[in-house]
Amino acid sequence: MSETPMMDELEKGPWPSFVTQIKRAGESKALMAESSKDLLRQQETAFTEKQGLWKHGGIVGVKGYGGGVIGRYHMRPEDYPGLEHFHTMRINHPCGWFYTTDKLREVCDIWDKHGSGLTNFHGSTGDIIFLGTNTEHLQPIADDLSEKGWDIGSSGSALRTPTGCVGPARCEYACFDTLDFIHDVTNTFQDELHRPPFPYKTKIKASGCCNDCVAAMGRSDTAVIGTWRDELRIDNDAVKEYMDSGMDVQSLVVDNCPTDAIEMVNGKLELVRAEDCTRCMHCINMMPKAVRPGVNKGATILCGAKAPVLHGAVLSTVIIPFMKMEPPYTEFKEYWEKAMDWWDENGKVRERISELIDRVGLDTFLKHMEIKPVPQMVKTPRANPYIFWREEAPPGLDEFKKYIH
Amino acid sequence: MAITDIGPPDFRNHLPEVIKKNYGTWKYHEIVKPGVLKHVGESGDELYSIRVGSAKLVCTDFIRDLCEIADKYCDGKMRFTSRYNPEFLTDKAENVDPIIEAAQALGLPVGGTGRGISNMIHTQGWIHCHTPATDASGLVKAIMDELYPYFVGEKTLPNKLKLSLACCLNMCGAIHATDLAIVGVHTAIPAVNDETFNAQCETPTTMAGCPTGAIRRHPDKEIKSVVVSEEKCMYCGNCYTICPSMPIANPERDGVIIYVGGKCANVRTPSMLSRVAVPFIPNNPPRWPEVVGVLKTIIETYAADARTPERVGEWILRIGYEKFFERTGLPFTGQCIDDFEASRETLRASTQFKW
Repeated sequence: MSETPMMDELEKGPWPSFVTQIKRAGESKALMAESSKDLLRQQETAFTEKQGLWKHGGIVGVKGYGGGVIGRYHMRPEDYPGLEHFHTMRINHPCGWFYTTDKLREVCDIWDKHGSGLTNFHGSTGDIIFLGTNTEHLQPIADDLSEKGWDIGSSGSALRTPTGCVGPARCEYACFDTLDFIHDVTNTFQDELHRPPFPYKTKIKASGCCNDCVAAMGRSDTAVIGTWRDELRIDNDAVKEYMDSGMDVQSLVVDNCPTDAIEMVNGKLELVRAEDCTRCMHCINMMPKAVRPGVNKGATILCGAKAPVLHGAVLSTVIIPFMKMEPPYTEFKEYWEKAMDWWDENGKVRERISELIDRVGLDTFLKHMEIKPVPQMVKTPRANPYIFWREEAPPGLDEFKKYIH
Repeated sequence: MAITDIGPPDFRNHLPEVIKKNYGTWKYHEIVKPGVLKHVGESGDELYSIRVGSAKLVCTDFIRDLCEIADKYCDGKMRFTSRYNPEFLTDKAENVDPIIEAAQALGLPVGGTGRGISNMIHTQGWIHCHTPATDASGLVKAIMDELYPYFVGEKTLPNKLKLSLACCLNMCGAIHATDLAIVGVHTAIPAVNDETFNAQCETPTTMAGCPTGAIRRHPDKEIKSVVVSEEKCMYCGNCYTICPSMPIANPERDGVIIYVGGKCANVRTPSMLSRVAVPFIPNNPPRWPEVVGVLKTIIETYAADARTPERVGEWILRIGYEKFFERTGLPFTGQCIDDFEASRETLRASTQFKW
């Protein structure tokens, strides 16, 4: 009888099984292949006991870096000797997760030489994850990676590895070069990425349009979402092609426009109320061949998204409604550095920037940033009358003379 | 010592030739069939992307298998999506079917495009995390086995449906803005270890780390430890992250919450946070049939009831949560009502509701 019946059960069924992967790693030429066999057995125990069996934390590292390596130790090394140390390393991915097979094989060879051969392609933040090695192998892995042109990713109270969507490499929607932008800021902020300087983690993610394929709106303290300032472009020959192929453009596209900005006029799709268009991409998603973003492109910069710990989940909110996104991205970098300085100066330990903003008010942040408040930043103005004037004097009568008539 | 801070490999050296040539000048795309995208450039060039499903946890030999396909059909280049899907890219239409066959020969499903379900974002769970309240890989495998027809295009939905799972409230998988999500959750207060507390933890830091002020110094001055208020603790686990002497995992009381209706996209409607549909289901490995059953119930109700192109959250906005609970048959309980900070905006300040 098998030692791991529940794991074996999870090899059945049509979806690719992680159990098969662990078993295969156990039979591979990876240095710590035996550890994968222990991992499968410990997972069976975790399933049986309905609890995790890894010890709390553990600090390990490599020379010159303050993060990117996460210590992991097992609670029961006597039962699972191959898991006594089973550390994680994060490896910064090439933007857009594009690889040559030579580079992929190279990173696999480095990992097999020093660890379990188990990996994530990729972790949630975007790094390649090496799962499971000994403390003594950490520095040799870092050395081998560096020699071949790879670098470690991020962990702890640092700028986490920035990620962006596939962008202009393979998407007609991209309103700026997400890949070049992410590559550029990743290289510019290597210090903030590798040596944690902040009160807590902070993230930068870039999506080329508001379809937001990397979920920047939901999970990055700094979200850069592509958009445009002028009007979307319509090719009515292509609209006709969609109609001829059987698409009900009226009901699927026009009737679903959230601001009623488009209409069919004499059989042609027109942006009849351009001012009302909120650039939501719906008509473009429905008919990519017929409707395209405008040509004056850039991005909206939003701030603050995070998961629940501590004060509840937060979505990003608008700080800069429109910014041109062209190399070397000076305006963005100045914005980010200034915002991080403010957070670093005022944030409590483990307080994300949105929690700091909630504590002191968005207006305080805007004053520091010298950003003019605009209605695009809010859904509605405040409903309460509790206005802090602080050092600012309330307006005098002169400001209202112009309304007298 | 190795050179540090060299940054990631430059993506420009990893792009297929057809992408280099058409970079930034793609004109439109279409979904040729499930899992196959065709992008057409202003130049007239065509690019086919074949998307396949994969586990998140894989071994190096598996990556080498993918490399063989990419060498044979894709000039030695490939990519991965943000949802762990390997993608094979080719400008040759005649390579599409051989790539599909090669992927299927490895046991990999082709799909994850359009109005269906793509791969499920998830965390490490019992495999490698130190604060999990549930597993990740095992639960995801059980779910995706059941939802497989929606990945390969045998069944379709009113719009795309994104699924995700986080094994604790830290939510490394950022599941709080997805159509349908699962989060591991504790339901009992931490078991403070008075023996180790003084050596392992700082009292003020631990107390300050509690968002509800539930942690106090131990009333007995001789005991250098803390006590937790049953009344105030909401089981977030933040104290355990700060202090190893406050383990909160509890096999009898750990399980999952099921969330619905979130999204990140700003298409048609603004981004939305996910909302609690089921406040607790106990863990039941290896296949969590109750969790899988609830997810299928929600998905099938959405499939039958929503109008194209409504996402789950948009469908619920239209019909209202009162109809969501009625049509799915899920019970609405007091735990579904928010009583944390800023909860008032979730209450109904209106006489407009449905019976």
